[in-house]
Amino acid sequence: MSNLAIAANGLRKSYGDKVVLDGVDLAIPEGTIFSLLGPNGAGKTTTVQILSTLIRADGGEARVSGFDLRRQADDVRDAIGVTGQYSAVDKLLTGEENLLLMGDLRHLSRRDGRRRAAELLERFDLAEAAKKPAGTYSGGMQRRLDLAMTLVGDPRLIFLDEPTTGLDPRSRRGMWQMVRELVRDGVTIFLTTQYLEEADELADRIALLDHGRLIAEGTAEELKRLIPGGHILLRFADTDLLDAAGSTLGTGIPDAETLTLQVPSDGSVQAIRELLNTLDERAIRIDEMSVHTPDLDDVFLTLTGQQKETTR
Amino acid sequence: MSTLTLAARDSSTMVRRQLKRMIRYPSMTVVLIGMPVIFLLLFVYVLGGTLGAGLGGGRDAYVDYVTPGILLMAVVSAATGTAVSVAMDMTEGIVARFRTMRIARGAILAGHVVGSVIQQFLCMLVVLGVALAIGFRPNATPVEWLAAAGVMALFALAMTWLSVALGVRSPNVEAASNAPMPLILLPFLGSGFVPTDSMPTVLRWFAEYQPFTPVMETVRGLLMGQPIGNSAAIAVAWCVGIGVLSYLWAKKLFNRS
Repeated sequence: MSNLAIAANGLRKSYGDKVVLDGVDLAIPEGTIFSLLGPNGAGKTTTVQILSTLIRADGGEARVSGFDLRRQADDVRDAIGVTGQYSAVDKLLTGEENLLLMGDLRHLSRRDGRRRAAELLERFDLAEAAKKPAGTYSGGMQRRLDLAMTLVGDPRLIFLDEPTTGLDPRSRRGMWQMVRELVRDGVTIFLTTQYLEEADELADRIALLDHGRLIAEGTAEELKRLIPGGHILLRFADTDLLDAAGSTLGTGIPDAETLTLQVPSDGSVQAIRELLNTLDERAIRIDEMSVHTPDLDDVFLTLTGQQKETTR
Repeated sequence: MSTLTLAARDSSTMVRRQLKRMIRYPSMTVVLIGMPVIFLLLFVYVLGGTLGAGLGGGRDAYVDYVTPGILLMAVVSAATGTAVSVAMDMTEGIVARFRTMRIARGAILAGHVVGSVIQQFLCMLVVLGVALAIGFRPNATPVEWLAAAGVMALFALAMTWLSVALGVRSPNVEAASNAPMPLILLPFLGSGFVPTDSMPTVLRWFAEYQPFTPVMETVRGLLMGQPIGNSAAIAVAWCVGIGVLSYLWAKKLFNRS
């Protein structure tokens, strides 16, 4: 199949004794958004660094945009664009100069470079700040400039490594909008994120990375089916009440240390009412209650539950 | 485009970037130039009368004696700026971006090195201008001037590669600004400010054999029309040695990080 933007097989990487990637396989079709989802330290950034030719894998092989990662690194570099977790802009240069610099490094003619810079400044709402040093930009503006710089060479495959970490909600939505526009133009996006919501909003396919291994892969819908509903967290005054509640409900995970009981639930009003009534009938007093809808933690607790048990 | 034209193009892009950064961050350049100028003025006007008398002249004789040492100090001062600028690049993520692009290998460091040498010559010109204004009277022929400039260029290149390596090695910008500090002391612990034969034995031994001394002796001899003996050869050997080793070190560190 020639239509895979990324085809990776058994990527491995360790630093000393620490295994960061433990055999990662990827098959990402062109023109789609693929999201690599995982907590900090799962190996997301390492995966991006390997696939974008920044570092070499210890083992495994990959073709990126049809080129062999190891033997045709320069061809890969021509085809990709990378926007990392930290803004990779020259803070002393102005926004416009940063874009012109990228044009020069992409070997565009002076005229094409200027045209592209003007276009991108307009598109990313930076035209007004074009002549100001990038160091004076807000966080959201620096990310936008960063992404604009990535786009100067019209890459066919773009890596976005946690592009919205640390952004306020409004800037985050703006970034999502831009990503969607890119895909409309036929670009492939490789997105890493620790936000389930972000992957849900954007990605065609999502893979969950944990301890350097892919533990699940599929569409957002497919993955959500793996996640149980949310839970209700109840806190009690003492262990007697906690035990009583546990045996009355016949379900839930008690934690004696924090005196809490975690009861699986979809979090609906009906379910909460039933739960409260049941405890009320036995006169078991609840100190505190909170409702949790499914989040990334739940996904990971569910999917990595067994591994966590055995490591403890 | 051939690999060579590509390399030249990328390097000149990177040099232009460095020059722009210099213009955008003028306070850095001012500090780097200011340091050797202040040392020149302090030594000539505060200490120069007494030190000059020790040399068998006066303040005017001391300006002639101390200027070559201050020129080296100007180079080292500018090199500190290079280390800082390299470290800024390495820690701010822009180098990672460059590395994911098809850019000629070496262009990034080449930009720093050429930019830095330009900055060093700027520093030296200012120091030389101030020195001439306050009584520095070299009697060198054009050929001797050229030779002195050549030795300084070689020295500047060696110091630049050394500071690039120190910059790449530094975990942060603060460490990078401290790392070249000991180099500032070397003109003092050599023949930069007073002749080495006035020093105690151990210090004199160090002062005579450390790399800065032959460079200063050569430049002083060329500019003031004194014999330079074999110090030019030793100076060139030191500069080439330090330059090549630092280049290899910087390259290794850069490719690894």
